Amino acid sequence: MGMTITEKIFAAHSGRDVVKPGELVYASIDLVMGTDVTVPLAVEVFNRIGAEDVFDNTKIALVNDHFVPAKDIQAAGLSKSMREFAGKYHIKSYFEVGRSGLCHCIVPESGLVMPGDLVIGADSHTCTYGALGAFATGVGSTDMAASWALGENWFKVPPSMKIIYKGQLPEMVGGKDLILHTIGMLGVEGAMYASLEFAGEIIDQLPLADRLTLCNMAIEAGAKGGIIEPDHKVVEFLNGRSNRQYIMHTSDSDAVYANVIEIDVTHLEPQIALPYLPSNVKPISQVDKITIDQVVLGSCTNGRIEDFRVAAELLRGREVAPGVRLIVIPATQNIYLQMIDEGLLKTFVESGAAISPPTCGPCIGGHMGALGENEVGLYTTNRNFKGRNGHSTSKVYLSSPAVAAASAVTGEITDPRRI
Amino acid sequence: MIRGQVHKYGDNIDTDVIIPARYCTAFTEELLAPHCLEDLDVDFVKKVKKGDIIVAGRNFGCGSSRENAPIAIKGAGVSCVIARSFARIFYRNSINIGLPILESSAAVEDAATGDEIEVDVAIGTITNVTKKKTYQTSPFPEIIQEIIRAGGMVGFARQRIAQKKASAQRTTQPVNK
Repeated sequence: MGMTITEKIFAAHSGRDVVKPGELVYASIDLVMGTDVTVPLAVEVFNRIGAEDVFDNTKIALVNDHFVPAKDIQAAGLSKSMREFAGKYHIKSYFEVGRSGLCHCIVPESGLVMPGDLVIGADSHTCTYGALGAFATGVGSTDMAASWALGENWFKVPPSMKIIYKGQLPEMVGGKDLILHTIGMLGVEGAMYASLEFAGEIIDQLPLADRLTLCNMAIEAGAKGGIIEPDHKVVEFLNGRSNRQYIMHTSDSDAVYANVIEIDVTHLEPQIALPYLPSNVKPISQVDKITIDQVVLGSCTNGRIEDFRVAAELLRGREVAPGVRLIVIPATQNIYLQMIDEGLLKTFVESGAAISPPTCGPCIGGHMGALGENEVGLYTTNRNFKGRNGHSTSKVYLSSPAVAAASAVTGEITDPRRI
Repeated sequence: MIRGQVHKYGDNIDTDVIIPARYCTAFTEELLAPHCLEDLDVDFVKKVKKGDIIVAGRNFGCGSSRENAPIAIKGAGVSCVIARSFARIFYRNSINIGLPILESSAAVEDAATGDEIEVDVAIGTITNVTKKKTYQTSPFPEIIQEIIRAGGMVGFARQRIAQKKASAQRTTQPVNK
């Protein structure tokens, strides 16, 4: 009996020839990632464990992204704790404000994740790295601290679910629409504990940026990870980023899946997730007229250069509607620079957008654009739980960058093919 | 043995309502507990008494990886969470910090807010004293039982480090003939 790509990665990291879903294994870890919001607690736990040193200072990434630039004195303390830990243990991949970015964008950009890797991160959207053919999953601070000490952790080998996309992708419909539609079909717990393997001709055609978006939101269906078999696009992306050896695993033809779902995307419309669940998804034609107060373009889901190119194209020569705030957040400093070089920032500023430095900020209602009482947002982020983005009465709709840009212009949720 | 009154909630209670990110610049029980569940039930913190039990539906703790969520619940005085199912990161985090959690659809089905429930975590039984019913949950897998016996992940990690050191010493020591 064959194995899926996920099972092969777990087998390779637990010293076995074969693993089966449901088995508990100890597995070695290639990268342990944490952020300013999860590292400080982990530092405390690490000290309580009493380990003499971290397992490998080249396999730990520490990223300033959630509450940076420090939103208040407490947040400054969080970054300070992470900075001191990085210094004490000579952590090679410490990302400081000004040279940082959102963890799930800066980590792949810096060549820290390779195909075949097993990665854990103290951030639930760590599953993003599955787009590179790695298995990556989120954990909490204590698991991160134990992994810093041991270089391993225990895992339950997840069952795999395969989602096959076929047909022809319509214009203005991309990775975000595919994943919102899929989460809508599965529900927020439809892929509980499973590895969601995305496949099919549409995935082959999809740019890596869209694949990262797809894997990023696997957690919103309850999945342990999202994963895509690596191909030449991944190899090209890695070129010049890392010299580390890697293995491009693929799923065997006789691998066993808990479920296989085929989705024909030919007639897929831009998708919208309504408050207060990312699974509360409707095609845009079925969404009533929704007036919005704020649009956020960015996040680890949709803060890449490709996302801003699409949005800028729609905003060029147009203005953000009166009564609407558009906040644009490049996900990394490199993306920021690229936006300057390509003239995208000029387009955004001319249209009336505010540009924020890389930060999770408004996605978690932290800073740089929290929502007030009863306000409505349209965000390219990944979650719209009650109170997540600001006041508990505020509401957030989730969409692609194209829908977000078109809607910023009209002031209501708008199909980008209609402007 | 744990005994307390039930506070019952629905499905998909996410970590953002358990403890909003705006409070997550802190990670101690004292600072987080006063805001536990405030976006879902503003009175929860006033109502909850030490030892009380949260009973909820499916996918409890979905969303963020923030360990601040089980810490806030534990800090509020909650002795145990019983749900139809848990989101996996919340599940691991709770075991790691020593917050007892149990899965039982039947117990959730029958329980109502205000019921008195007794839990024996060691053998996995839940007794609804008010309804006079007992439920048996399936035992935790061996690795998780080891973590629970070690008092959480800190103790467990210490044991693993000691085991690794001992086995490294065994392999490097010359064999006496």
